[in-house]
Amino acid sequence: MIRFLFKGIIKDKSRSLLPIIVVSLGVMLMVVMFCWIHGIMGESLRLNANFNTGHLKVMTRAYAKDADQMPNDLAILRVDNQLKELKTAYPNLDWVKRIRFGGLIDFPDSNGETRAQGPVVGWALDLFSPESKESLRFNLERSLVLGKLPAKPGEALISDLFATKFHIKPGEKFTLFGTTMDGGMAFKNLIVSGSIRFGSASLDRGAVIADISDVQLALAMDDAAGEILAFFNSNRYDNEQASAAALAFNQKLKSIKDEYAPVMITLREQSGMADFIDYVDAIGSVMIIVFMVAMSIVLWNAGLLGGLRRYNEFGIRLAMGEDKDHIYKTLIYEAVFIGTIGSVLGTTFGLLIAWYLQTVGIDISGIMKNSSLLMPSVARAEITPTAWYIGFIPGLISVVLGNALSGIGIYKRQTAQLFKELEA
Amino acid sequence: MKYLFIFLLVIQVFGKEYPDGDLIIRKVDQNMSSKNRIFESSMTIHGKRNSRTMLSRTMSEGNKKSFTEYLSPASEKGTKMLKLQGQLWIYSPSTDRIIQISGNMLRQSVMGSDLSYEDMMDDRKLMDIYTVKVTGDETLGDRTAYIVELTAKVENVAYFKQRMWIDRERFVPVKEELYAKSGQLLKRVDFKDVQKIQGRWFPMTIVYKDVLKDGNGTEFNMTSVKFDQQIADYIFTKGSLKQ
Repeated sequence: MIRFLFKGIIKDKSRSLLPIIVVSLGVMLMVVMFCWIHGIMGESLRLNANFNTGHLKVMTRAYAKDADQMPNDLAILRVDNQLKELKTAYPNLDWVKRIRFGGLIDFPDSNGETRAQGPVVGWALDLFSPESKESLRFNLERSLVLGKLPAKPGEALISDLFATKFHIKPGEKFTLFGTTMDGGMAFKNLIVSGSIRFGSASLDRGAVIADISDVQLALAMDDAAGEILAFFNSNRYDNEQASAAALAFNQKLKSIKDEYAPVMITLREQSGMADFIDYVDAIGSVMIIVFMVAMSIVLWNAGLLGGLRRYNEFGIRLAMGEDKDHIYKTLIYEAVFIGTIGSVLGTTFGLLIAWYLQTVGIDISGIMKNSSLLMPSVARAEITPTAWYIGFIPGLISVVLGNALSGIGIYKRQTAQLFKELEA
Repeated sequence: MKYLFIFLLVIQVFGKEYPDGDLIIRKVDQNMSSKNRIFESSMTIHGKRNSRTMLSRTMSEGNKKSFTEYLSPASEKGTKMLKLQGQLWIYSPSTDRIIQISGNMLRQSVMGSDLSYEDMMDDRKLMDIYTVKVTGDETLGDRTAYIVELTAKVENVAYFKQRMWIDRERFVPVKEELYAKSGQLLKRVDFKDVQKIQGRWFPMTIVYKDVLKDGNGTEFNMTSVKFDQQIADYIFTKGSLKQ
């Protein structure tokens, strides 16, 4: 029977063409949208984790309250000791100390006076330890536009936008001007080793990356750092594991009342990230439901039209003695075939488009120009394993549902009326 | 008798006569401003975690020119600031650089204190940028003060509104509240230890509190003030920063 039904679908194009096209288009759109949103959100989440939040972060309680303002006067003291303890207690995580800072970079003219100047947000990273993965996390090698990565203390990277705007070349000297940990004026001369472009408008507007030893010296933060970040070795955020680690750590220090005692916070607990993660997780389910409802309505309508067109066919089949349940069953089987064919075609085309968007991407830097969100300026789709099958769920269900709804009409046919209807 | 009491009350409430606001501010300017002055001061910043004190020597001419050299602690020693006609330069001996402070940086805190560079920079006379209105009087400690409300009449002012409590006899500020255009209180300033120096009343201690910032404020103590001194012209040039 399956072969018979399959032949029917292939040979009678008027029965299958429109539903297959509708399902294919719908599935294709769904796959593309799924990969697209997943790509943007996933990349944004990775950027946030690598640049700001880590998978886990340790700060002083006072610093954590205003972490967005980078209050380095409330930083962790004796940070190397703290780091050592964390590495011993949580060996499955990669722990790093960082300082985020705001300030001004000032390029001198030949008289040593201000030639170019701009506000910056800086990252002090461990750039020189052989085991450090910070360069990889910041994707420094690939983000480099001019020059080279810092190779020795006293060298720093600056944003390429800034370098281009003020015609700054690698090798030029500049002064980092900011505030020391105890509130004094911080001045430090550094040399531009290269310029970088991360592809995120909020980062590229004005960023400085220097080795943590230089920044500790500049900001008078000897053996101090604003934050200690931890990353899972898989580089994928695991909320369950992160929450368990944070809970155990904070529980141990619960009785200490000192506001400079350390506190551990998960990526999810950091500013606005909970909603973001929930959104990324929920996006697949939301799209399936929306697509299923919309497609079911369209296919129900198509099924009704088909039912009208096949009114005579069902009449003859009933008149020939075929059972109503059997006709209804064959209609559902046909729907499964159509749904499968449509889903295969839709997924194939959807994945092809998603692959193109993943490889080439779309430049959204224009809209992100003044944004403070940590978003990539070239938005790309991401083909995840889920993308290979996600279209099948609504693709099949919507056609079956559509046909099941429209097929109810079969049960309303009266056998006594059949010949009258056929004669007419 | 009852009517007489009501009449007196009405007189008390509505009939209070205050001097013209402009006149009060002019008298304040006579005390606080001078042709030039040299003073040494200590600035103690009461931060959230600790307090620290810096000593400095300042020479100023009118409201437009000022030169400050930090004398201690060792980390700040030799740092110099020059304010000249609305522009500000800082010299750092550790980098041997002169850096001009402009734009958003002017809103940053000076040395982690409750004062911003903008606070130091606004050299316009109050009368030129604010409309003045006397709204009442109040006794603060043992001093009675006029309450004067200043509202900006020009753009680009650091504080849209100010409320000043001005000593009725000495014509020096006793207290000040600085507000944003939204009505948000931004800073509170207390003027203390008023002394008569060279014929003018002058507050020797000023306590600034940025209400949006943690910490217990910044205390500015004048250890010596001399008015109308001879100050060489070259002091107010960029050349003097590196000397």
